[in-house]
Amino acid sequence: MNFPILSTLIFLPLISSFFIFLSKEQKNNNSAIYISLFSSLATFLLSLFVWHSLDLTSAEFQFLEEKAWINDFIKFKLGVDGISILFIVLTTFITPICIISCINSVKNRVKEFLIAILVLETFMIGVFCSLDLVVFYLFFEAGLIPMFLIIGVWGGPKRVYSAFKFFLFTLLGSVLMLVAIIAIYWITGTTDVTQIYEIKIPKNYQNLLWLAFFSSFAVKMPMWPVHTWLPDAHVEAPTAGSVILAAILLKMAGYGFLRFSLPMFPLASEYFTPLIFMLSIIAIIYTSLVALMQEDMKKLIAYSSVAHMGYVTLGIFTFTKQGIEGSIFQMISHGLISAALFLCVGVVYDRLHSRMISTYGGLISYLPKYSFLFIVFALAGLGLPGTSGFLGEFLILAGTFQKNYLASMIGTFGVVLGAAYMLWLIKRVIFGNTNNVEIKNLNDINNLESLMLIILALLIILFGFYPAPLIDTVNISVDNLINNYTIAIQNSGVN
Amino acid sequence: MIGVFIKKSFNLVFNLSLLIIILTIAIILNGSNNIEKIFLESFTRDAFSNFFKILILSSSFFVLNSSKTFIIDNNLAKFEYPIIVLLSILGMFFMVSSNDIILFYLGLELQSLSLYILASIDRDNLRSSESGIKYFVLSALSSGLLLYGCSLLYGFTGSTNFDLIAEQLNKENTGAVFAMVFILVGLAFKVSAVPFHMWTPDVYEGAPTSITSFFAVVPKVAGLAVLIKFMFIPFSNILAEWQTIIIFISIASMILGAIAAIGQINIKRLLAYSSIGHIGYALAGVATGVISGYESAIVYISIYVIMNIGAFSCLYLLKKDNEYKESISDLSGISKKHPILALSFLVILFSLAGVPPLGGFFAKFYVFSAVIEQKMYTLAIIGLLTTVISAFYYLKIIKTIYFDDSVMTFDVTKNKIAQFSIFVSCSILLTFFLYPSVLNNLVDTLFIK
Repeated sequence: MNFPILSTLIFLPLISSFFIFLSKEQKNNNSAIYISLFSSLATFLLSLFVWHSLDLTSAEFQFLEEKAWINDFIKFKLGVDGISILFIVLTTFITPICIISCINSVKNRVKEFLIAILVLETFMIGVFCSLDLVVFYLFFEAGLIPMFLIIGVWGGPKRVYSAFKFFLFTLLGSVLMLVAIIAIYWITGTTDVTQIYEIKIPKNYQNLLWLAFFSSFAVKMPMWPVHTWLPDAHVEAPTAGSVILAAILLKMAGYGFLRFSLPMFPLASEYFTPLIFMLSIIAIIYTSLVALMQEDMKKLIAYSSVAHMGYVTLGIFTFTKQGIEGSIFQMISHGLISAALFLCVGVVYDRLHSRMISTYGGLISYLPKYSFLFIVFALAGLGLPGTSGFLGEFLILAGTFQKNYLASMIGTFGVVLGAAYMLWLIKRVIFGNTNNVEIKNLNDINNLESLMLIILALLIILFGFYPAPLIDTVNISVDNLINNYTIAIQNSGVN
Repeated sequence: MIGVFIKKSFNLVFNLSLLIIILTIAIILNGSNNIEKIFLESFTRDAFSNFFKILILSSSFFVLNSSKTFIIDNNLAKFEYPIIVLLSILGMFFMVSSNDIILFYLGLELQSLSLYILASIDRDNLRSSESGIKYFVLSALSSGLLLYGCSLLYGFTGSTNFDLIAEQLNKENTGAVFAMVFILVGLAFKVSAVPFHMWTPDVYEGAPTSITSFFAVVPKVAGLAVLIKFMFIPFSNILAEWQTIIIFISIASMILGAIAAIGQINIKRLLAYSSIGHIGYALAGVATGVISGYESAIVYISIYVIMNIGAFSCLYLLKKDNEYKESISDLSGISKKHPILALSFLVILFSLAGVPPLGGFFAKFYVFSAVIEQKMYTLAIIGLLTTVISAFYYLKIIKTIYFDDSVMTFDVTKNKIAQFSIFVSCSILLTFFLYPSVLNNLVDTLFIK
């Protein structure tokens, strides 16, 4: 493959954002929206093409691109395998939805908003494509700039505080990762991920390096107790910002664990498994309880995200096939579900400018279409069988059961709590009495809104019944990951 | 170099000086990079000094050029202005080229004296005169210490030549170690590293912006060049002794630069503290004591120069009713009225904060990779943590620009030259990630050993 298809994928949104920058801003002229929609759809199709032409029977990285970059020793290396392609497609799929959603919700400085979203898309795809630690770090960190602006410029009343918290928390976690990346370079002589897989990093370094990577991923994931930036960021961010944050940015950390922590530091990963299990379990139970008590819809969904990410980390560190595949599945499905839920909140927020649960109630009588979709997403969020939410959690818990009986038990209890807060949310928002007179005058969702929500709902149900496309894609890559991991553990036992 | 003294015409002299700067760059580029020593081996010309000369010249070119409108607006358009700048450049040339303590000191004094005058060039302005005096008194003190160190060095090694001193110096030579400490103090003062930084905020704030931008960029380059040269040639044998000092200075500068800047409300003062922090990062590269570390420090200072030229050129555009604004709160909401200026600020500030993919990130990346190569993990971790703290105040400015409501509209300035400097600076910072090793390849050739 000579055509640099991954670079095209990465830089297409960036180039189109440049065109938007040049385009003239006029009233009633949506050229910026058309350009961005067109380019993001083109990126989506291109990523589908990559997915389609990916050889799923091989665990090797494909579509490799290499270019000398820094002084010959760090290469700009890109490539995809079964795991990363899913995240790339998720990114390119969510971005056009965000762009559609901002037609209704973003009123001022639309052009700049679209530029920020497209630049962010570039960085996100870059994260999932990069096969070099420095390139990865570059994209991972660069994403902070547009997200900071999205929260800060278009956010709610407490936006400044949230934007700062988001930026500084993430940066603080990441600088330690930078130290670790440079240290890896001086230990192994390369930052090329595929080469590091083969060079075994000495055991005495692994724990420290693992912790440094962990500090970054734990903040981004977010894991308890460094999750506190997430509810603030979600609440204050505009709808499209929340969607991207929940659907994609959080997945970077899970992807980071799979791509870097596990294969590069297998011994340390094994060593720290109890820590991860403990933090995940606390996250699941604690944040579910916190979510129960929220009065702000976005905050509730944000806390439920933390709980769901707890399942993901739990699954990844079981090192079983079910656990890891379940985690990947859970990440994709959570990407769809949380995006849909935030969009739902955005829809009513655009009409009433309130996110408080108490404002609403009895929406079913006045917004039937909206209520139906909302219920579908909320049920998917609690993991109802037949939706994609169920399969992920089921696989993860099945995987965990093989490793740790107790963790699996408590995790299952978390599912019940999840059902509790989601059902209570439905009860208070969709059913119940209509106390607010304004609700009676509301319009049901328009065509544009129903378009994006119905697409999401169909996908969620489709993957709930027929998960094969996702599972088949990751199958070989996950096998390979677990094989390498087991070999590494056994070798260390022999020595 | 300095054949300029005619009439009272500022414009002519100014343009001639710019022409001279360009000509000198051309001459240096044409000349060879081979090592040549003249005047009893007291003056060298090699790749190292040539690189720094070009850096000094090109940065002064941009600084001078973009400040022209500012100078005229503030009635500073005296014909002495460019001449004194040129004189100080001459002093810096001697500094970076010297291979002898005496010549080095002469160059340093020529540079410092010109800088005193520049700091107080706005005679009728109380703050400017105050900053000039302040700088003069403190700087004279540090020059005295430096001179004392030089004489000690001569007394204990019996030579003023760098190469001969290097042969004579060793750990047993306690007196020379003393001399090293004094010289380091003097040099740390010139690059305004903690704990010899006290003059920086006051002088930066008091001096006219055009002078401040010169202060922030050019003497720093020369000072760092000399510092590296001292560490590399005369003091190469007592590495363990000076290393601890530099590590301390570096850590102290990084921490103070990060923390003290948080409370500032004047942009120039804030940039002063940020420059202290940046010098700390550059010194972290020097502290490694190996060539790759020096190289990373040089790359760092070059990128720092690019960022600061951009930042100060932005200040020239903040003009309202013929008055230049310097307070951070004046920037509120300029993103609505002046989107391009706001965007340039954004790029420069994120780059100063060291966020990828901008140029400032690579500068930090090279320094810290050199530091970690030497297994100095504490230094690296402290350094990177201070970047997080300093990110806070850069974010605060960005917040003011982008999140706050706009309070004033600045004049639509036709300051094409300053805009050009901003454009050059931003485009370098934005596209640096495409070819991040350009500077490294250049710097690689500087050290021969």
